[in-house]
Amino acid sequence: MGLIALRAMVRKDLQLFFSDRKAVIMSFAAPILIASFFGSIFGSAGSTNAGGIPIMVADQDNGVISRSIVAAIKADKTLGVTLTTPDSARESVRKGAVSVSVIIPAGFGDAAGLAFFNGQNKPELDLVYDPSRTAELGMVRGMLMGHVIEAVSKEVFTGSRGGVLADQSLKQLDASDMPADQKQRLRDVLNATRNLEQGNATNGTAVGAPGMSTPYSVKEEPGMANPLAGYNPYAHSFAGMGVQFLLFAAIDLGIGILLERQRGLWKRLRSAPLSKGALLGGKALSGMLITLMTLLVSFTFAIVVFKVRVTGSVPGFLMVAVATALMASNFGLLIAALGRTPGATRGVSILATLMMVMLGGAWIPTFFFPAWLQKATVVVPTRWAIDGIDAMTWRGVGLSGAVLPTAVLLGFAALFGGLAVWQFRWEES
Amino acid sequence: MLQVNNLRKAYGGLVAVDDVSLTLAPGQLLGLLGPNGAGKTTTVSMIAGLLTPDRGDVMVNGERMHGDTNPLKRRIGLVPQDLALYDELCPTDNLRFFGGLYGMRGDALAVAIKNVLELVGLADRARDAVKNFSGGMKRRLNLAAGLLHDPDILMLDEPTVGVDPQSRNAIFENLEFLKSRGKALLYTTHYMEEVERMADRVVVIDHGKVIANNTLAGLLASVPPKPGEQPSLEAVFLTLTGRNLRD
Ligand SMILES: Nc1ncnc2c1ncn2[C@@H]1O[C@H](COP(=O)(O)OP(=O)(O)O)[C@@H](O)[C@H]1O
Ligand SMILES: [Mg+2]
Repeated sequence: MGLIALRAMVRKDLQLFFSDRKAVIMSFAAPILIASFFGSIFGSAGSTNAGGIPIMVADQDNGVISRSIVAAIKADKTLGVTLTTPDSARESVRKGAVSVSVIIPAGFGDAAGLAFFNGQNKPELDLVYDPSRTAELGMVRGMLMGHVIEAVSKEVFTGSRGGVLADQSLKQLDASDMPADQKQRLRDVLNATRNLEQGNATNGTAVGAPGMSTPYSVKEEPGMANPLAGYNPYAHSFAGMGVQFLLFAAIDLGIGILLERQRGLWKRLRSAPLSKGALLGGKALSGMLITLMTLLVSFTFAIVVFKVRVTGSVPGFLMVAVATALMASNFGLLIAALGRTPGATRGVSILATLMMVMLGGAWIPTFFFPAWLQKATVVVPTRWAIDGIDAMTWRGVGLSGAVLPTAVLLGFAALFGGLAVWQFRWEES
Repeated sequence: MLQVNNLRKAYGGLVAVDDVSLTLAPGQLLGLLGPNGAGKTTTVSMIAGLLTPDRGDVMVNGERMHGDTNPLKRRIGLVPQDLALYDELCPTDNLRFFGGLYGMRGDALAVAIKNVLELVGLADRARDAVKNFSGGMKRRLNLAAGLLHDPDILMLDEPTVGVDPQSRNAIFENLEFLKSRGKALLYTTHYMEEVERMADRVVVIDHGKVIANNTLAGLLASVPPKPGEQPSLEAVFLTLTGRNLRD
C-alpha cells in the first residue's frame, strides 16, 4: 500500500509540475538559453586566439630595430596588429576596442641595443591595457618579449646598427670604473661583435648568426584522459546551469510543500495511514525525478545542438546526475522544513542557491577562483556536482572519477535529508 | 463507533482544547458548536491524527487510535476547514491522488471517484481544472475527497463556509444520505441553523472546554427562553458562551 501511495504522490507532483507552464519553461528553456549564452562566450574567448588577439601598435621610434620588431609581431598569427598613432592606440584601449596597445617610444631601438650589452638604462616599452582584460595583457607581454629580444639581438649582432652600438658601448666601457680584467673580457665580446657586423658588410653575406631566438618550439597537447575528450565550453556551461536550475526546481518542490501546508492539503496527506517516512520519501522521490529531468533535458539539448559528449563514463555521468538530483530534492525538503511562509522562503532559498552555484563554479569555472577559494568551495555540494559532470563530459575521466563526487553528493543528500526530518513540523492544526 | 476521552492540547501557554470528551454512534450527526477559536479544529485534528494530543485518547470501535500508519485511520474521513484541493488539477486527478494515499487504485478507484462525484453533483465537471470552480463546487469536491475511501466516520470542519444556498443545500442532502447509510458524522460549525436542521446531538465548546453535551431538544430545554421569546439554539448558545466578540 505504501507503494501505491508513493506512486500516487509522484504522479501528482509530476502532474502539478507540468500543469504549471511557467515552471516548465523555467526548468527547461531557461537553463538551455543561459547555458548556451555562457557557452558561446567561453567558446569565443578561446577562438579569438585563432584570429589573433587584436592589438594596436604605435611606432614612435621608426628606427631599424623598432621596424623589425613591428614586422615580427605583424607576422605573429596569435596577434592581430593594427598600426596607428599613440593617441589613437590609447583611445582604442579606453573605448574597449582592443585590450592592449603597444607604444614604442622614440629612441627605443638604440637604447634597447645598448642595454643589450650593458644591462643598464633599459628603455621602456609602453603597454596600455584594459584593466578588465588582464589575461590578454599577459599573453601580449609574453609574445612581445620574444619578438623584441629576437629583433634587437639580430640587429646588434648582424645588422647595420650593430657596429655603431658596439662602438658606443666600447666607449662607455672605457669610461667605466670596472676592474681591468672584466673590462678586457667585455671588450673582446664587443670587438667580436663589431668584426662580425663589419665582415657581413664587406662580404655582403650574412654569417649564420641570426640573433637570439627562443631556443625551443612548443608541441601542444590537451591533457585529456580520453582521446575523444576535449574542452567544450558548452559542456561546462550546461553543467553549471543544469545544476542551478535543478536546484531552482528543488526550491519549487520545497515551496510546494509549504503551499500544500498553507492550503490544508498536507492535512489530507497526514490523515491518510502513511508514515512520515513515506510522506517525505514520496516528496524526495518526485523531487528527484523532476530535478533529474531538468538536468537531462538540458544536457540532451547540449548533446544534440552543441556536440557536447560524455567522453568519460556514461554510467558515471548518470551516477553523478542522480546523486545531484537526490541532493537537490533533499535540499528542497530542508527548505520546506525550515521555511514558514512560501514568499519569504522563496527569497531566502533563491539567494542560498545562487551563492551555492556561484561558489560551485556554475557561472565562472572554479579554476578562475583564487587558490584558497578553490580549496574552500569543496564544502559546497554544487562544486562536486559540477566538477563531477565536467569530469564525465569534456574531461573524459572514467567511471572511477565519478565515485568520489557521487559519494560526497550522497553525503550532502543524507545531511540535508536528516536535517529536514529533524526539523520538519508534523503537527497540523 | 467513535469515542473521544479527555482530549487536551496546548499551544505553548494557550490551552486550545481542555478535557474534551464525546461519543458518536453510526447514523448519527453530532454538531460540534462553538465560536471562533473555541477549539473545534484542534479537536477534529486530534481525532484525525494530525495532532498528537497532550492527554486523552481517541477510540474507534473500542480500539485506541495511535500512530501514523494505524489502519484505524482508514475508518475516518476528514473534510478540512480549508479547501484542501489542487487547483491546477481536475477533480478526477485530485481524487485519484487522495485515493492513492489510501492504497486505492485501478477500477475500484475509478468507480469510487465516479460515485463520489455523482453524489456531490460534479460528475459532468470531472475533467475541468478546479481553479475555475465556484466556492460551492470546491466545497462539494472537498466533501467528495473526504468520502472517497468510504470511511465510517466523517469529520466535517465548517464544510459550508463561503457557499451559495444551492450548494449548501446539496451538501446537507449529501449528509442526510450518508446518515441514512449509517455513517457517523462529526460536524463543526458556528451556524446555529445547520445544527438545528441536522444534528442529533450537540456539543457546545468554548475556550477549549465542553460546556454542553445534549440532544437538540435537551439543549433547548436546558435554558428556559426569556418571557415572550421562542426557544432557539441561538439564544441558548449566546447564554452559554456570552456575548463578547471573539474575532
Ligand atoms: N498552531 C497553533 N499555534 C498556536 N495557537 C493555535 C494554533 N492553532 C490554533 N491555535 C489557537 O488555538 C485556539 C483554538 O483554535 P481552533 O481549534 O482553530 O479553533 P476553532 O476551530 O474553534 O475556530 C485558538 O485560540 C487558536 O488561536
Ligand atoms: Mg476551525
